[in-house]
Amino acid sequence: MSLLSIKDLNISFTLTEGSVHAVNNVSFDIEAGQKLALVGESGSGKSQIAFSILQLLAKNGTATGEVMFEGENLLTASQRHLNKIRSNDISIIFQDPMSSLNPYMRIERQLSEVLELHQGLNSRDARKRVLEVLDAVRIPDAKNRLRQYPHEFSGGMRQRLVIAMALLCKPKLILADEPTTALDVTVQAQIMALLDEIQRDSGTAIMLITHDLGVVAGFCDETVVLYGGRVMERAKTTDLFDRPTHPYTKGLLHAIPNIEDKDATLSAIPGSPPNASQFPTQCPFAPRCELAIDACHSQLPELTTTAPHRACIRPIEDVTP
Amino acid sequence: MSTLLSVRDLHVTFDISQGGWPWTPPKKLRAVNGISFDLQAGQTLGVVGESGCGKSTLIRAIAGLAPLSDGTVSVNGQDINYADKAQKKKLVQSLQMIFQDPIASLNPRMTVLEIVQEPLQFAFPDMTPDERRKKAFAMLDRVGISQRNFGRYPHEFSGGQCQRIGIARALISEPKILLCDEPVSALDVSIQAQVVNLLMELQAEMGLSMIFVAHDLGIVHHISDDILVMYLGGMMETSGARNIVSGPKHPYTQALLSAIPVPDPHKKITPQTLDGDLPSPTALPTGCLFATRCPKAQAICQTDRPQLGTIGAHDVACHFPS
Amino acid sequence: MNSFRTKMRSKAFSEELAEEIIQSNSFWQDARIRFFQNKMAVLSCFILLSIVLFAIFGGYFAQWSNEEIDWSVLGKVKTEGMPSIASGHYFGVDELGRDLYARVVQGSRVSLSVGVIASIFALISGATWGAIAGYYGKRLDAVILGASQITTAIPYIIFFVVWQAFFGRSTSQLIIVMILVNWSAGLFIVRGQVMMLKEKEFVDAARLMGLSDFQIIRKHILPNMLGIVVIYASLTIPEVIMFESIVSFLGVGIQEPATSWGKLIAEGARTMQFGTLWQFAFPAAIFALTQISLYYIGDGLRDALDPKDR
Repeated sequence: MSLLSIKDLNISFTLTEGSVHAVNNVSFDIEAGQKLALVGESGSGKSQIAFSILQLLAKNGTATGEVMFEGENLLTASQRHLNKIRSNDISIIFQDPMSSLNPYMRIERQLSEVLELHQGLNSRDARKRVLEVLDAVRIPDAKNRLRQYPHEFSGGMRQRLVIAMALLCKPKLILADEPTTALDVTVQAQIMALLDEIQRDSGTAIMLITHDLGVVAGFCDETVVLYGGRVMERAKTTDLFDRPTHPYTKGLLHAIPNIEDKDATLSAIPGSPPNASQFPTQCPFAPRCELAIDACHSQLPELTTTAPHRACIRPIEDVTP
Repeated sequence: MSTLLSVRDLHVTFDISQGGWPWTPPKKLRAVNGISFDLQAGQTLGVVGESGCGKSTLIRAIAGLAPLSDGTVSVNGQDINYADKAQKKKLVQSLQMIFQDPIASLNPRMTVLEIVQEPLQFAFPDMTPDERRKKAFAMLDRVGISQRNFGRYPHEFSGGQCQRIGIARALISEPKILLCDEPVSALDVSIQAQVVNLLMELQAEMGLSMIFVAHDLGIVHHISDDILVMYLGGMMETSGARNIVSGPKHPYTQALLSAIPVPDPHKKITPQTLDGDLPSPTALPTGCLFATRCPKAQAICQTDRPQLGTIGAHDVACHFPS
Repeated sequence: MNSFRTKMRSKAFSEELAEEIIQSNSFWQDARIRFFQNKMAVLSCFILLSIVLFAIFGGYFAQWSNEEIDWSVLGKVKTEGMPSIASGHYFGVDELGRDLYARVVQGSRVSLSVGVIASIFALISGATWGAIAGYYGKRLDAVILGASQITTAIPYIIFFVVWQAFFGRSTSQLIIVMILVNWSAGLFIVRGQVMMLKEKEFVDAARLMGLSDFQIIRKHILPNMLGIVVIYASLTIPEVIMFESIVSFLGVGIQEPATSWGKLIAEGARTMQFGTLWQFAFPAAIFALTQISLYYIGDGLRDALDPKDR
């Protein structure tokens, strides 16, 4: 059985101008200990999927469908049960570390409070565990830095603190929402290496949400490509990069400059991303797709249930066998 | 090839008030510390570095938007004095800039056509309104904004389209040098490529020289002829783009390169870790700027700041270049 | 209805629409639409407009002038000076037997004109100083801010009394004092806006085009903060009216035979114990209506011009 199983997830937001369909019929599974990437550009709904798992959507957002975790649908779970899951089983790491850290609280209290409140540890054991995780995320001189406030840490160190916080209760799944987007490349490399190591040591599953295909390639086993709130393609990361079958995936891969070949032309995807206020009746990528035929403009492709998993009427191998 | 823009020993220092008494001298924040380079006509210089390395301040200073505390900027051999009104006007025609935040770089109360026409009255004061209109139409058409949208306001466009409008505004006065301050870092991958391609096409068409500042070495490498690597406001290494990527000489450039994620799952990168924190730009190290985090640092690196020296095709500021 | 929705979402329809709407809504057009959606604000506009019309043209309907004493009711104000259509005293008479209707018209003119004129000049001064302080910053900023803080520290009523002791008491002196006391109205808000806007990248772009400081302020900074200034104006006018009423109520503002809402309310309040409630009620009601409508108009303007604040 999968650790987390998402089926037909739909997320919409009600605005004064009408409703916005951010996520449409998204389904995928995460196995225990897996590293899965949700890749997409802004507006693809990737972050909203993570938020909906823990019922963290904005007030005007509604999610329907199924998010099964240990036999329970989290979308309809009670707040009480959800709090238990948030503190014991699923942690989330945000892009901006300061959004999860209280600037007026010393690090020690912020971290140990979680343990004392949710796991009922006494302060001595809590402190021991805090030092353990700070050590695991490689914060040097952790003992002395416990009494510092978040602003006394650098950006990379803050993100380490947040990861430490996520690790405290030994979660089964970590949702990492663009954890390195705000960081410099050298720091990003360190954080990704850290997450990789944590995953190996503790067997935690990680769902990495990112727009950066480079980060995905170096980290994840499996990749889900989102566009316009829909799954375009889902595959093993190596297969996806070696043989993309969806024109959008291929377009994305070719839009990144190749550092080994300076003269290779960048092939940009023409046009702009779709407008989420209109519920699509055609493939959302069709207006920008160079392979699109008439059928692409009139039908909405479903994600295939057999590998290769993709939602496309005219996949690449049909054009260039 | 002729040198179009020449920057010599540029320093930018900001005063930071630190509370205390009104007469307490302010702290000095040294954002840019002695940058020199020449930009040839039609070439692109890429400037890379991590956040806080002063790369944006550098091009803002070249544009006259940040005060030079020392050094000179000259265009076509002529030293620019930003205080001189007549010279300032000439800048319009030689230097223009595009910005990081495409939407914030357009006045929200002006229509696209007004925005793009505005520079003309300063660059070509003799033009008739009709000529201005025609020129703006042609420019907007060139960057791919369709004519039915000319009367719209910036908030009605996407980030990528706003950046195109920003490019049109910068290029309509026919400058010789385009300064690009992280122009694509706020855009999505698929749009980034569109804007980079557009810039490269326009560069070829108009014979522009560009300074392209970004933190993404991949994009900088793609667009630039030469690359300048900055750290803590100082120059670490400069050379041709290919040289920098294939054989970096400075330990910082090496660390930066090793950390870039490669979109190929078969290649595992082995990032060099840089220990230690970035020193504060208000209290720079007396020795090499990079010494506090450098894996190769020796005693001399802590005390003497290395000067830029030539090694093969590279100019490197390091006591122990590889 | 549903088919209409589907049509609205179709690609062809949106293309067609896009062709049609070449000139799209500007900020001010959007703001107007939002303002008219706020029913209380629209109602308040009508009420305020009626009060202004009353102040301007109310005099033509008065049966008595504001100076004339109706000797027939003098001494029997309580029993015979009450509001009545028949006697021509629509609002009754005041303590001295003068027509209260004419007096209220006269007071409204004074209060409104003092409020509007003084607010406008105070705001022009405050906005100018604020823009200078925000744009140039540093020492100039410190001096202007210091000056504004010193003025706020002076008790304005004492300033008022001293000023009038030197220059006499008249409506024009009242306006001048009001401007002087409120010279820094809106200074902080304008200063903050200018400081924020001058860092925007479009201002950098304008600098690179070679615009002068004055051109940058006029073309790129002012239009972007006009909304805030209008909101602030709608809040300053009632404040100044209130301020004038307070000083007049306390007896240091306007002087007989001139009058204002504050003075009329003060007189009405004094004679209330004799049972002539109307002497208090009419000026107080008009004063309160004005204040409430201005408040709702300000509220509507804020919603319309600063939509992200909601």
